[in-house]
Amino acid sequence: MTENLSLAKAINRGLQRAMQDNDRVLLMGEDIGTLGGVFRVTEGLKNEFGENRVLDTPLAESGIVGTAIGLAMRGFRPVCEIQFDGFVYPAFDQIVSQLAKLTSRHQGDQSFPIVIRIPYGGHIGAIEHHQESPESYFTHTSGLRVVSPATPNDGYHMIQQAIQSNDPVIFFEPKARYWPKSDVDTDGTSAPLHQSRVVRTGTDVTVVGHGAMVAMLLDAAEVAAGEGISLEVVDLRSLSPIDYDPILLSVEKTGRLVVAQEAPGGTSLGSEIAATVAERAFYYLEAPVMRVSGFDVPFPPAHLESLFLPDVDRILDAVDRARGY
Amino acid sequence: MPYTEATLQLLSVDGVLVESDRTEQHRALVDALSEQQLRDFYREMVVTRRFDIESGNLQRQGQLALWVPSLGQEGAQVGSAFATREQDTIFPSYREHAIARIRGVDPVAILALLRGHTHGGWNPNDSRFRLYTIVLSSQALHAVGYAMGTAMEGKSGTGDVATDEATIVYFGDGASSEGDANEALVFAQSYQSPIVFFLQNNQYAISVPVVRQSRSPLYQRGEGFGIESYQIDGNDVLISYAVTKLALDDARSGKGPRFIEAQTYRLGAHTTSDDPTKYRDSAEEEMWKTRDPIARFDKFLRAKGAQDAFFADVKQEGEDLAADVRRRLLEHTPPTIDAMFDHVYTDEHPLMIAQKAWLVDYEASFGGDR
Repeated sequence: MTENLSLAKAINRGLQRAMQDNDRVLLMGEDIGTLGGVFRVTEGLKNEFGENRVLDTPLAESGIVGTAIGLAMRGFRPVCEIQFDGFVYPAFDQIVSQLAKLTSRHQGDQSFPIVIRIPYGGHIGAIEHHQESPESYFTHTSGLRVVSPATPNDGYHMIQQAIQSNDPVIFFEPKARYWPKSDVDTDGTSAPLHQSRVVRTGTDVTVVGHGAMVAMLLDAAEVAAGEGISLEVVDLRSLSPIDYDPILLSVEKTGRLVVAQEAPGGTSLGSEIAATVAERAFYYLEAPVMRVSGFDVPFPPAHLESLFLPDVDRILDAVDRARGY
Repeated sequence: MPYTEATLQLLSVDGVLVESDRTEQHRALVDALSEQQLRDFYREMVVTRRFDIESGNLQRQGQLALWVPSLGQEGAQVGSAFATREQDTIFPSYREHAIARIRGVDPVAILALLRGHTHGGWNPNDSRFRLYTIVLSSQALHAVGYAMGTAMEGKSGTGDVATDEATIVYFGDGASSEGDANEALVFAQSYQSPIVFFLQNNQYAISVPVVRQSRSPLYQRGEGFGIESYQIDGNDVLISYAVTKLALDDARSGKGPRFIEAQTYRLGAHTTSDDPTKYRDSAEEEMWKTRDPIARFDKFLRAKGAQDAFFADVKQEGEDLAADVRRRLLEHTPPTIDAMFDHVYTDEHPLMIAQKAWLVDYEASFGGDR
């Protein structure tokens, strides 16, 4: 069946489906039960599954992840919600020092199938700590898998795949994309969780991004097409591990790559992709890999966010620079 | 010193049973112990101490990177470990060697960790003794989550203490200041989880005395969270057994979490990298030696009629264990490249496959000359 859903609703439906399929799946987080979460992603689930499977936890992020680890040791599959990107740091130690290392510490005796959902990114004009893009902290940490859906259809399927994964998954939800609706195929299957995907074919420049940036790249491609420039757009979907094959194939064709992200550029996901493509596709490149990113400053007050965040013009500026070689 | 009016005790430092209205229930539990059980208490304390000394020697001889002694804390550990039921799960910190042994963990597995062969060492699903956790109090949250799961599954609170499960987590005076310890108390009380917090107050967090962690007795921390809490003489193996047993049975019965502060003392160093002479004086150490958990239990058993032959037998068991772990440690197989890559993830991961293959090929390119 095909339904027209927002990303928030699609993830809600994916969670519902995962909980129906497996009674060891449970949700934990702040305000996720009675309220349904501040973005309503878990709306209605406490009513359907009860307070033993949708836990309104005490307000303590380390506590949420730490107790989820204990629940996983008992065979549960907890899905934790961190209310906002900037609130994940109190849980950072439990994620990085415990969750990410526990599978290795146990040498095969114990799995940790925990999903940590994090609404992330800007474009919502919010106060400090509510618009950040902390992906790189987690992609730098071995033992974690990191993914981000860009569309409602991916949101519906990828949340279920993340829950089925036997490894910890950090699930970044682009909150700028929570509300626009598009078709979700609730019967069909989706691409594997860790596959990247060409979402628009083109011949001149490859542009790569994830989350809310994918829609921005598609807008940029539309504008560029009007100017006679053909962009190929790749949706990363998986940030760790990165599926490089579609990117490399695309670069072999276009010879030019622009990597776009909201996060600051230094030591970031974009840097990693640029380095890897330079190593693996050097002779195909006609220009250096260009990064479009937020600046290396704290996320600014909302009045300045449009200057901080990459937009269509900044993407096209990078495209022009790449084409200038 | 740290024994206060609140401190529960059954066995005095002179090895004599102490009568008190507050310990009637505990006394009954101890009176119900068989001669054999009492002797096992002694045996485990003595044998673990011998293992501890041997491990320190192995470190000095370069066979271990580090050793973490439990010397002086055997009473708190052995008593509480024997208080657990088979179905209970134990979350240790990293100094609970006596408890590990009682729960069937091979002591060589602990030494393998400190020899740099592994970060784990045993399968916790076999022993219900979870892996050591180095970051202080991280395991307190894991333990609470585990206990929350017990309650969700209906495996506690049925009224049958013979099958109901409980969880016990060990941490220390230094760890009590960590945020995770406090969040664990919040979650445990909020969800009324079947868990016992066992705080071994050994008076120092490496060098910093407990007064820097808390100006009030640490058992009052538990009370501050609304959790029924006790302070015990942690060098009295009998009170440790009895208080923990009642606390675990309360927890498993659905009465909510319990908190125990065991007053003890780390007679040795924090680790073999530590030098206690820099932060505490010998008078204090001498005073605590008079409170030694083994010495007082020795007197107690002799007064009950134990003969020299028994004590000689236990001593020999300690010597045998020391020789055995030394031999088996030196034969312990070091990890290979597989151990570094194979279990970072449970499901297949392309980067692990690629990096492992690269390293294997790279190493092979030296033709065994490296």
